[in-house]
Amino acid sequence: MLESHKKLERNSILLLIFAVIAVSIGGIVEIVPLFRMQTTIEPVKGVRPLTPLELAGQDIYIREGCNVCHSQQIRPLRDEVQRYGHYSLAAESMYDHPFVWGSERTGPDLARVGGKYSNTWHVEHLTNPRSVVPESIMPNYDFLAKTYLQTWDLGDRMKVLRFEGVPYTKDDIANAQQDAALQTLPDEDASGLQARYGAKVIPQAFGGTPGSPTEMDALIAYLQQLGTQVDFTTYDPDFELHAAAAAEPKTVKK
Amino acid sequence: MQTLNPDLPIPAAPAPPPRPAPRYEELVIKYFTIASMFWAIAGFAVGLLLAIQLAFPVFNIEPYLNFGRLRPLHTSAVIFAFGGNILFATSYHVVQRTCHTCLFSTKMAWFHFWGYQAFILLAGLGYLFGVTQGKEYAEPEWYADLWLTVVWVVYLINFLMTLTLRKEKHIYVANWFFLAFIVTIAILHLVNGLAIPISPVSVKSYSLFAGVQSALIQWWYGHNAVGFFLTAGFLGMMYYYIPKQAERPVYSYRLSIIHFWSLIFIYIWAGPHHLLYTSLPDWAQTLGMTFSIMLWMPSWGGMINGMMTLSGAWHKLRDDPILQFMIIALSFYGMSTFEGPLMSIKTVNSLSHYTNWTIGHVHAGALGWVAYISFGAIYYLVPHLWKKAGMYSTKAISLHLWISTVGIVVYITSMWVAGIMQGLMWRAYDKMGFLTYSFVEVVQAMHPYYIIRAVGGALFLVGALIMVWNIWKTIQSPDALPANSQTPAPSPALAAAE
Repeated sequence: MLESHKKLERNSILLLIFAVIAVSIGGIVEIVPLFRMQTTIEPVKGVRPLTPLELAGQDIYIREGCNVCHSQQIRPLRDEVQRYGHYSLAAESMYDHPFVWGSERTGPDLARVGGKYSNTWHVEHLTNPRSVVPESIMPNYDFLAKTYLQTWDLGDRMKVLRFEGVPYTKDDIANAQQDAALQTLPDEDASGLQARYGAKVIPQAFGGTPGSPTEMDALIAYLQQLGTQVDFTTYDPDFELHAAAAAEPKTVKK
Repeated sequence: MQTLNPDLPIPAAPAPPPRPAPRYEELVIKYFTIASMFWAIAGFAVGLLLAIQLAFPVFNIEPYLNFGRLRPLHTSAVIFAFGGNILFATSYHVVQRTCHTCLFSTKMAWFHFWGYQAFILLAGLGYLFGVTQGKEYAEPEWYADLWLTVVWVVYLINFLMTLTLRKEKHIYVANWFFLAFIVTIAILHLVNGLAIPISPVSVKSYSLFAGVQSALIQWWYGHNAVGFFLTAGFLGMMYYYIPKQAERPVYSYRLSIIHFWSLIFIYIWAGPHHLLYTSLPDWAQTLGMTFSIMLWMPSWGGMINGMMTLSGAWHKLRDDPILQFMIIALSFYGMSTFEGPLMSIKTVNSLSHYTNWTIGHVHAGALGWVAYISFGAIYYLVPHLWKKAGMYSTKAISLHLWISTVGIVVYITSMWVAGIMQGLMWRAYDKMGFLTYSFVEVVQAMHPYYIIRAVGGALFLVGALIMVWNIWKTIQSPDALPANSQTPAPSPALAAAE
């Protein structure tokens, strides 16, 4: 073996090729099946792409590095399920480009933070976390409320995501800017928005001026939907087994 | 057929006849070395600020200096700016000497130098303005990523062509590691960085991958940034500078071969251990865990090969602080490559994941291994490059060693305690079957450890500042050799290591 290794030691190109082969195998074996196997992401009812306002919120979430301190991935462990709610499903992050699962819990997990606190609480908390949680070590995000949201390129953002596989329709993209404003107007007709993103999307005042959303509004809209898309009162983790059992012809005992 | 002793270092017998040394390109290496020290101080200082922010949130200055925006600045500055520049300096230094040839292209090396510093500025300034892809250690946006790709390809060509120009028959083991590091980082960067900008004039892009796939590709990248940038590259450094400083040949040639191939083959599989108990399919988690445990062996093989190089020269460890840096580096390498597989076991990971234990583990590797082997190499390099008899002050090297070693120990022990405590508090139940602690009570419990950690980090920074002073004084001191001469021809003992 040592003798044949000398061939590699004497030929830099050969050494390069062998090294590339050695480092490629593991990656190929682990990554390729994830794109090929149906079971990687089991379909779950309720999961939908983010509305334009929520998408803008997610972009702010990434821009500010919220995922540096907050995870969005509840593990199937007793204490986590009790503290945060149902463990995270693969489908729940299937439209996140990229994933925002995080790797640290300097702050709590946010995978199911949606609906746990009021919009007003979020405004207070983001403006000055210590005003509502005295022991908090989170930075202030006061400036978000003072910055109007840039909505003119939301359609472009959705176009790219559509190309990458998020099922936004042409209609969704054409109405992106309008829908973002509409989601902050509680008294307007929201039938278009709800037809596109579901009846669960309820326009509301997130804290800023209704109709001209701030970055704070977008971020809160994003936070308030986290973990709420799937209805866990009806979710059946063993749906495949149950479907298979139901499909089997019943043998009637005589 | 000649008999070969496999335990002789390569190039093995017969000893090459003495040749005049070629005119090595050294100016660009000096620049890389200085750049590395500059970014080291910047990166350590930002790290200290982050540590203080966690203890006292009032030190967050919104929006530009909030923790979330600064954190990638710290990680990129220490890994890619400090670590990267010293890897380039040492790889160019080692490849010329072990191949007995000058660089393939000095121009390409200069392009590499300025191009890479531009990349650091481009990426780092972006973070402060919130321009980030949000993927750990792969934060730079698409335009910075593309620029880095150009710079990296130039580096690869320059390094590879220098290898092909070599006057030695064999490629020395350090260069195997450098080559694997360069080419693997290129592959990882290209795949993980795939993204589509929302317009050619926008800084924002969306990663091509989503959800589960994006998570695995990111941690395949992330873990191998550790494996190839922070391990393989620095092992290349170890395989040259430890034999040089100890004036002993590498312990075992056979072990080098096993070390190299098993390390690069196994490392690449270990990424999923960052995703245990997540939505990633179980089979992938189990594969990641298994290979992470296997990785313990090649890691320790390399550590043993480095340590045992001191066979017959252990007495040098007593009064050579540069060698002390290198051997402490290997000790931390051994410690953290044992801790890593341990933390990859699912049951351990259920406790350690998401906690400060991970932060402690990373810093044991980053401060103890990466920074220490770099410090050792820099202390070796500076007198060689600037043609001095030695460093200005050996006492200052010792002082640096002890201050920063205390700093590391304070840092990692505080994070171990904090992390394990955090994990245990999150899962604590009272007699009634309720969770004992609210989340914020755990945050509060971290406060003293965050302060202790900041003290550890400050000590490490002070040590590095002493080093900068020492390097400055060394460069200022009178030359030991005529300015136009090369480093003296290596003595026979040194030649063995080359």
